[in-house]
Amino acid sequence: MQKSTTDGVRFQPASDQSLLVYFGEQITLRAHQRVRRLLHLLQREPIIGVRNLNPAYCSILISFDALRLHHAELEAILLGYLERLDAVDLPEGRDMQVPTCYGGESGPDLNDVAALHGMTPGQVIELHASVTYTVFFLGFVPGFAYLGELPEALATPRLDSPRLTTPPGSVAIAGNQTGVYPFATPGGWRIIGRTPIAMFRPDRKAMSFLSIGDRVRFTPISAARFAELENA
Amino acid sequence: MSTIQVQAPGLLTTVQDLGRQGFGPLGVSPSGAADPISLRLGNRLVGNHEGAAGLEMMLLGGTFIFPQGAIVALTGSDFGATLDDVSLNLSTSVEARPGQTIRLGPTKSGARCYLCVQGGISVKPFLRSASTHILSGLGGFEGRPLQKGDVVRIESSTEPFRRRTIAPAISEHLSRRKVLRVTAGPQADWFSESSLRSFYASTYRVGEQSNRMGLRLESGLERGLETGLEDGRERAAVSQRSVSHMITEGVSLGAIQVPTGGSPIILFVEQQTTGGYPKIANVISVDLHRVGQLRPRDEIRFEQVTFEAARSLLIEQEKLLSSKELILE
Repeated sequence: MQKSTTDGVRFQPASDQSLLVYFGEQITLRAHQRVRRLLHLLQREPIIGVRNLNPAYCSILISFDALRLHHAELEAILLGYLERLDAVDLPEGRDMQVPTCYGGESGPDLNDVAALHGMTPGQVIELHASVTYTVFFLGFVPGFAYLGELPEALATPRLDSPRLTTPPGSVAIAGNQTGVYPFATPGGWRIIGRTPIAMFRPDRKAMSFLSIGDRVRFTPISAARFAELENA
Repeated sequence: MSTIQVQAPGLLTTVQDLGRQGFGPLGVSPSGAADPISLRLGNRLVGNHEGAAGLEMMLLGGTFIFPQGAIVALTGSDFGATLDDVSLNLSTSVEARPGQTIRLGPTKSGARCYLCVQGGISVKPFLRSASTHILSGLGGFEGRPLQKGDVVRIESSTEPFRRRTIAPAISEHLSRRKVLRVTAGPQADWFSESSLRSFYASTYRVGEQSNRMGLRLESGLERGLETGLEDGRERAAVSQRSVSHMITEGVSLGAIQVPTGGSPIILFVEQQTTGGYPKIANVISVDLHRVGQLRPRDEIRFEQVTFEAARSLLIEQEKLLSSKELILE
């Protein structure tokens, strides 16, 4: 049950009913593509006994029923999937816009972030909204998209002590990542703005507003426009 | 349609089944009963399929009126239940006549008690499951714990009442354990020898802030964020090599992650689906239901077993749970 390597892929048991598949140990677009391809294949051709899949930056956690599979069997089956990765046709990611009201009550950490980087709040907004981000994966809570990569000049450590709750729609940054809190959850990322878009709605056909592989831009809006869209 | 009227909700009473598997790609964790074995047994006692939805109560139970009557069973921990003021046995099916009241109090043993009703609790499923995901307000009864005045619907069932109890053979498997068995976590080798020794030698206390998302563990010795020597004793805080190298990845049920502060957290049923802290160990599947019965201030230790041993124990447990002799009629 030790780690093995196949073309830079490493298997690692995570629990008695789960296995981690690593595509290297770095956040890269190449690793992301391989994660997406394996996820796509496993969703299209499910392995009997596999219960759940948790994609992330450069890994997928595969949970399985130990009454039907064990780690070595699953690894052997996965090798067959991995050989076919390059032939997978991935659906094209969509171009999505996240209208965002920056600063003020909507973005309580904007001024601190600006001060940390010796910028004006306006420069932080401009920089954050200047980049097209990739949805690396959805994780943490329903509909939370891990977006990267944040411009180097904005890379910011997490808050020393996480907030106990964050307003839904809060647009936040941490390290070289950005994201939107879909629910009022505890959170340690720094909040620079807020979107009126519901990131996760169970009554919508696509429950999550964003999907893995989407390209995302944040577009600044005024507080008045935020209120309009929120009530729309 | 039969109903349950909630006269008092208890501390945290939610509708739960065996959870929603397969929605990790959306960031949705399975949720489901914290002690799934008690829910499964409760359902079998009232003649349901194992995965029907029931009510999960935590630490302090509620008061429920059955205006049309119902066939019910209580499983898990003893919350001192009564049916119209007559004490009610755990793990036995019973018929509540129309208008009768089941009243539960504070726990006398573990953290959770389950109330199963014949037919099962009826709620609108979210992603194919009745389970409540409290944090996101999804699933279950309006996405939230029950409140006074709620009227919960019961799926109709025409099966006549049969008195059923659970065979004593299962009791050992359901007993509480101070020592939880774990397998090595995916980052176990990131931790120093002394940290691993400390982890397996320490007695941890379940923190007050523990919930369905995770159980925070405190050890008596630990005070600071770093390992080190104090009064000649090594602190129990677990030291880590390279938290800064940790890339967010999927986390499994029962993973024991060690944040920067050094106090471990057991990720539980309503867990985040991904996380960025190293995992030192993972509670094995057959002991997960025991995690669901841990109360704040309970003390536990960890013992490492192999993946093969964990799997054998699971096979043995499932064989027992699926046996016909388990339920006595």
